[in-house]
Amino acid sequence: MKKRYLIIALIVLSILSIFVGVRDLKPSDLLHLTEDQAQILFVSRIPRLISIIIAGVSMSICGLIMQQLTRNKFVSPTTAGTMDSARLGILVALMLFTTASPLLKMGVAFVFALLGTFVFMRILEKIKFKDTIFIPLVGLMFGNIITSISTFFAYKYDLIQNMSSWLLGDFSMILKGKYELMYITVPLVIVAYLYASKFTVAGMGEDFSRNLGMNYRRVVNIGLVLVALMTSSVILTVGVIPFLGLIIPNLVSMYRGDHLKHSLFHTAVLGAVFVLFCDILGRIVIYPYEIPISLTVGILGSIIFVYLLMRRKAYE
Amino acid sequence: MIEVKNVSKTYGAKYVVEDVSVSIQKGKITSFIGANGAGKSTLISMITRLISKDTGQVLIDGKEIGQWKSNDLAKKISILKQSNHTSLRLTIRELVSFGRFPYSQGRLTPEDWTFVDEAIAYMELTDIQDKYLDQLSGGQKQRAYIAMVIAQNTDYVLLDEPLNNLDMKHSVQIMKILRRLVDELGKTVVIVIHDINFASCYSDYIVALKDGKIVREGATAEIIDHHVLQEVYGMDIRIEEINNHKICVYFA
Repeated sequence: MKKRYLIIALIVLSILSIFVGVRDLKPSDLLHLTEDQAQILFVSRIPRLISIIIAGVSMSICGLIMQQLTRNKFVSPTTAGTMDSARLGILVALMLFTTASPLLKMGVAFVFALLGTFVFMRILEKIKFKDTIFIPLVGLMFGNIITSISTFFAYKYDLIQNMSSWLLGDFSMILKGKYELMYITVPLVIVAYLYASKFTVAGMGEDFSRNLGMNYRRVVNIGLVLVALMTSSVILTVGVIPFLGLIIPNLVSMYRGDHLKHSLFHTAVLGAVFVLFCDILGRIVIYPYEIPISLTVGILGSIIFVYLLMRRKAYE
Repeated sequence: MIEVKNVSKTYGAKYVVEDVSVSIQKGKITSFIGANGAGKSTLISMITRLISKDTGQVLIDGKEIGQWKSNDLAKKISILKQSNHTSLRLTIRELVSFGRFPYSQGRLTPEDWTFVDEAIAYMELTDIQDKYLDQLSGGQKQRAYIAMVIAQNTDYVLLDEPLNNLDMKHSVQIMKILRRLVDELGKTVVIVIHDINFASCYSDYIVALKDGKIVREGATAEIIDHHVLQEVYGMDIRIEEINNHKICVYFA
């Protein structure tokens, strides 16, 4: 797949995304927008488009970085406890400071996500049996333990409704003023790009990195901080989008290889294209109603995931 | 020159390497031999700062490894471990380009790429340089890693069991390459090796370890000797001279 096709797909789908919706808005209206249409465009449609692109880009990159750092193709924020820890963080923020600002919530979520991911990495170091499938299973179990803690407190403090809203990723609630937190990920993506080669060297292992004079620990820690920051900002605004961090990097790896310098851009754009596509699909399937993004991505994603698993078997 | 002075390493109460002192001469192939668990790998890992030593000193060109900046040391000494297999899908060229990491931190200059191209050509990998590592045979993969070390352009090259999992043909190929690194490029090569006959045919100097200590060291001809090997391996090994090479017969 060429870069060009991906970018064309991104542009076409972006335009489509702006003009799909219950309220009528046609490209020809752009020149003489009524006040109503202008509102729809600037308060709902464009924020939605931006948040979709940012979420797609950042969750795919998170998955890619985690897969390199753990040297495992099946690790991502959803299968390493990162998402679950971030959710526990949001809950704690809500419990301690009832009227927490989004930035504060994100701060607490970030600290929890980071801690959770560190614990997972620690567990990884201790495990002797490093089977490719076993490690994400450990991550899933670890994540479930954290989620059960969250659920317990959510029941106790009557926050269960709140919590389920971060369980289901959903773009329909994205409005102007509710998504700006996501812009935090833009500089993070740039940092990820600057560190691309270093992440790949780290992915070759600690001895390999040390032979090349690279500070392995520091690079891994920077990677984990990036992942925790991006994950918590997405989860707080959009919610959990399953499978994304898992399938996009794996798909790109098939045709671009694993050198981050060569695969990062493709991963980012393909992630955005995929989420855009799923979002538009979810908006037209039961029009004028909407299917939440976590469902569409979940269904399409699980099909691709099964394909990836089967393909892996065939290679061995 | 690499000087190892009174180096020890313990895991728990057990000495893996105990008070080892050895000098590695420039421009030679030095082989470390010994039974499994003799401490060979641990010793070369300490020499290349992959693991820390408990006591003693390792001097590289007169300077203690702890005083070298890690990045500068990576331009001086390189190590290939036996566990260098990876699940990452990288092409040969991408892998070799990592050898320039100490010089360019991942942003390669045209000069760096010249080194990469030369290393690939030297290892005769130019035709397949865009193939992924997982598509290669064991011998090709090992050559790709050696090409990376050549691109890293260090004076000292250490290899931990470079013949692991290779068939006879590829083993000979790798050993010839290591010989060329010394004879043509003036490198200093240190290997940990199990096949005593490869050590005999290709190395200049042999260091024999047993239970974490050096039992014997000397020029190849001195070590490939019935009595010495008896002491090192506890086996009765007959030695025959074939085409000016001393060959150990120990199979039956």
